[in-house]
Amino acid sequence: MSINGAAYIVGAFEHPTRFAPDKSTAQLHGEVAVGAIRDAGLSKDDIDGLFVSGDAPGGLQSMGNYLNLKLRHVDNVDIGGVSPIVQVAHAAEAIKLGKCNVALITLAGRPRAEEIKTGTTPRVRHASAPDVQWEFPYSVPTAVAYAIAAKRHMYEYGTTSEQLAWIKVAASHHAQHNPNAMLKDVVTVEDVVNSPMVSDPLHRLDCCVISDGGGAIIVARPEIAKSLKRPKVKLLGAGETTKHQEGGMFDITYSGAVRSGPTAFAEARVTQGDIKYVSIYDSFTITVLMQLEDLGFCEKGKGGAFVSDGNLISGVGKLPFNTDGGGLCNNHPTNRGGITKIIEAVRQLRGEAHPKVQVKNCDLALAHGTGGQLGVRHGSGTIIMERE
Amino acid sequence: MANYRKMAAPTPDPESQPFWDAATQGKFLVRKCNGCGKVHWYPRTICPFCASDETEWVDGKGTGTIYTYTVMRRAKEPYVVAYVELDEGPKMLTNIVECDVDSVEIGQQVELVWVPTTEDGPPVPCFKPA
Repeated sequence: MSINGAAYIVGAFEHPTRFAPDKSTAQLHGEVAVGAIRDAGLSKDDIDGLFVSGDAPGGLQSMGNYLNLKLRHVDNVDIGGVSPIVQVAHAAEAIKLGKCNVALITLAGRPRAEEIKTGTTPRVRHASAPDVQWEFPYSVPTAVAYAIAAKRHMYEYGTTSEQLAWIKVAASHHAQHNPNAMLKDVVTVEDVVNSPMVSDPLHRLDCCVISDGGGAIIVARPEIAKSLKRPKVKLLGAGETTKHQEGGMFDITYSGAVRSGPTAFAEARVTQGDIKYVSIYDSFTITVLMQLEDLGFCEKGKGGAFVSDGNLISGVGKLPFNTDGGGLCNNHPTNRGGITKIIEAVRQLRGEAHPKVQVKNCDLALAHGTGGQLGVRHGSGTIIMERE
Repeated sequence: MANYRKMAAPTPDPESQPFWDAATQGKFLVRKCNGCGKVHWYPRTICPFCASDETEWVDGKGTGTIYTYTVMRRAKEPYVVAYVELDEGPKMLTNIVECDVDSVEIGQQVELVWVPTTEDGPPVPCFKPA
């Protein structure tokens, strides 16, 4: 059984706000839901499946209540910021099994308004998690958990700070065309490596933004997608996994993409060379580099050379990525970048990206994410979509 | 005594209590599986390699090498977070202390040092250059 062709992404909406002190978190979820429903040309009462994650205040019950939805399928998978990517696949599975017809996925929050020091202060997400006592005393904020992976990658493969910087440079080239982006200025490799060190080898400009806002996606069964007036974005394949410390016998230089990627490519029956555009989770520059390697877009260890010299810039390089500016420049709403990765891939497949970054004949796109903490434990999800 | 960053107390649970009780006595325990013979980290009752519940506490050597590390600069005092590859095999998340943070290197040999924690909690196992 496969989800290839079982469902379509029919609605997508990214909240324009990046700072929302005057809105509640539930309100942000509501606003993105309404935005995606309108984008699809559906009505609220068409929604019969709801997918939220750890950012939804009160979870499924409160969100279902807030929006007053009549649901017959609910799902709150939470493997960090990648969750919406995995939820697109789960929605397709539910649709294929007849559990729902139209699934709504929302993500929203306001870490800026709440002044959360996201990357530099340790946060305990689940106090009863067995691993917390072995980590919290050592003070491992998010930036540290990615830096330790970057350090070893550099040691084993000779990856340099300048190569990582190219990822931020590419994102900034795209963000200059996005009026909603938090950081619209084009930066250079020198700007990145000369920015203050946060956690060796990651500089401030190797880190994503902290932003309020959110986004929503609507997934529907083929008959419904065909009745709507929007361009058709078909789901071809998906993969998901978690990656962790493996009893202490682990290799920190690879991510869960080594498992979720091949699963998605096999189900989609396409190869890396077929993909015209990629949305790659960019919590930090190192996240992008490791994921591109692990998804097979280049040989393991050669990611540094692959991302250099503008290879990720639309219209310049071979593999345009994150043409909205990504988490590095545009938006990382509620510290979870999964939904924006799907949204920009949908824009590209619909031909609705900004004309300066729109990929020509963009008929096949991949969205991939890493949620949680790359060097400690994380969730991974990959989806491959086709314009029909 | 060295001047340490104030380290948060760990929160022992029934499964880990023997480790932290031993830590209070200055004794570093690791968990070994009698099914497959391997030592794992962090310690747990069910072996993460072979799923045997025939695991037991044994004395750890308290020595290893730095597998990877970072110097966290956005703090009042920069500090070093690392994975140390214990001589028994597994890699352990920890801090490197009693060192010049700018001279830490991957592959460096390190040895155990107990660092006190807040709220009269048990000390936590850290490492310093050997």
